[in-house]
Amino acid sequence: MRDSRRTRGVLVVLVLVSLTLIALNGNSGPGRALRNGAGAVLGPVQRVAASAFRPIHSFFGGIGKNSQAQIDELQRQNDALRLAERASQYARCRAGELDALLHIAGLGQYPIKAAQVIAVGPRQGFAWTVEIDAGSIDGLAAGMTVINGDGLVGRVKTVSGSTSVVLLAIDPSFNVGARVEGTMEIAIAGGQGTDPMQVQMLSGQALLQPGDRMVTDTRAGSTFPGGIPIGTLLTVRGTVGSQARYATLQPFVNFTTIDLVGVILQHPRTDPRDTLLPPRPTAGAVPSSPACGSPSAASAAAGQPFPAPAPSPSATPGSVATPGPTRRPGSSPSAHTTASPTSSTGR
Amino acid sequence: MKYRRIAMVAVMLVTAVLIQTVVLTRIPFPGATPDLVLLVALSIALVQGPTRGAIVCFSAGLLLDVVPPADGAVGRWALVLCLVGWFVGRASDAVEGSAGLPLLVVAGGVVASLVGYAAVGWLIGDARVTTSAVTGALPPAVLYDLLFSPFVVPVVMGLARKLEVTTTYARTVR
Repeated sequence: MRDSRRTRGVLVVLVLVSLTLIALNGNSGPGRALRNGAGAVLGPVQRVAASAFRPIHSFFGGIGKNSQAQIDELQRQNDALRLAERASQYARCRAGELDALLHIAGLGQYPIKAAQVIAVGPRQGFAWTVEIDAGSIDGLAAGMTVINGDGLVGRVKTVSGSTSVVLLAIDPSFNVGARVEGTMEIAIAGGQGTDPMQVQMLSGQALLQPGDRMVTDTRAGSTFPGGIPIGTLLTVRGTVGSQARYATLQPFVNFTTIDLVGVILQHPRTDPRDTLLPPRPTAGAVPSSPACGSPSAASAAAGQPFPAPAPSPSATPGSVATPGPTRRPGSSPSAHTTASPTSSTGR
Repeated sequence: MKYRRIAMVAVMLVTAVLIQTVVLTRIPFPGATPDLVLLVALSIALVQGPTRGAIVCFSAGLLLDVVPPADGAVGRWALVLCLVGWFVGRASDAVEGSAGLPLLVVAGGVVASLVGYAAVGWLIGDARVTTSAVTGALPPAVLYDLLFSPFVVPVVMGLARKLEVTTTYARTVR
């Protein structure tokens, strides 16, 4: 055995250092400083690496998102054509995501900063966090709300120069003030990891049923702007009148495939109420129509009439007249809606 | 020559962290992500012995704790990995010359690290470490690590041995 006493001494020192760091907690003191330093030094490297490895990501993203017919068709083509097809598929998918994001931002009058996910926390680390390629130089600050075309993604946890870490809405330490669609019943929604989100109603009298949809609410001391879609109620527990009423909530956002997000830089002047909720799904359809889903799903979503927004003096005529959340780039309604976020971002 | 070895180990660890955070976590492996950093750090410890193994694994753990998008208390991975690295390092003499034993030791180290990390989180009262989170993430993580280890462990151990040989050689020449 090599030099056993010295070896044990080193181990004891390392264990003590680790314990000290744990005791001092990562959100303050030296742990925070170390993390900020790592973000400042390695964040830009991660950004570059992420863009270098984007083809790999698009390869896997493409496989997961293609329909079987498209895969069969692609397999008949040669390698170069197949790669080119995947690349354009990916570009179209990203254009669709951006389109949906701009649509929701425009309707809600949210000035947003679009950002790209560059790294994801591993599941065995237990923290539901992602790193995005926008930081303090883009005007981001801790606590800002993060959305995508489907709804609430999370909030900015820490910011470094060119990157930030986003705490996802499904993280168990995440809580948001929420409201049931159409009623003013308020609740607190919290993440539960892979399990559906947990909802606690603040009123025991609240009438709830599975299928009800929830949006963020600015009452209940929430720092989130109001009206952002969160998800659909799955199950409701407790009877009307009981002290605490709980429900589970299926988020609209698919957290395993998030790629393009928007950070809300400034709260809108008025709450958009329920106007940002996606159209009611037809029987058998998935509540959240994925931006990169099969063409049939996209057309089904586009064919649905958007629920008429509550008449509000601040709503732009353009956003009210918009027929539906079409996710196809290039079609005229989307071109129409992209005008409103641009103007609101300029404020 | 000592500094060259330290620099090389640092480069290996940082590269592993970058590949893990930027590439591996973005590939949709169901359930969990392969722990490349864990495999690399334990392989180095298996060559360099308990003292350096503990230091290398502590550094790797600290990197995992602080490199974004890490969250929660800093020092959890560092604590677990310095202990596991020390034990794995103690096996370095025993696995000399064997092809299968290193894989077995690293596999044991991987399981101990993942379970240890969850246990430390539970002990300090992290609300994220729930039964369903642990039972959902650990089995696939162990599976992916075992599948990756035959490709990672021999390569990293070879690189680490090369460092060891050149430094020993330089020392004897001097």
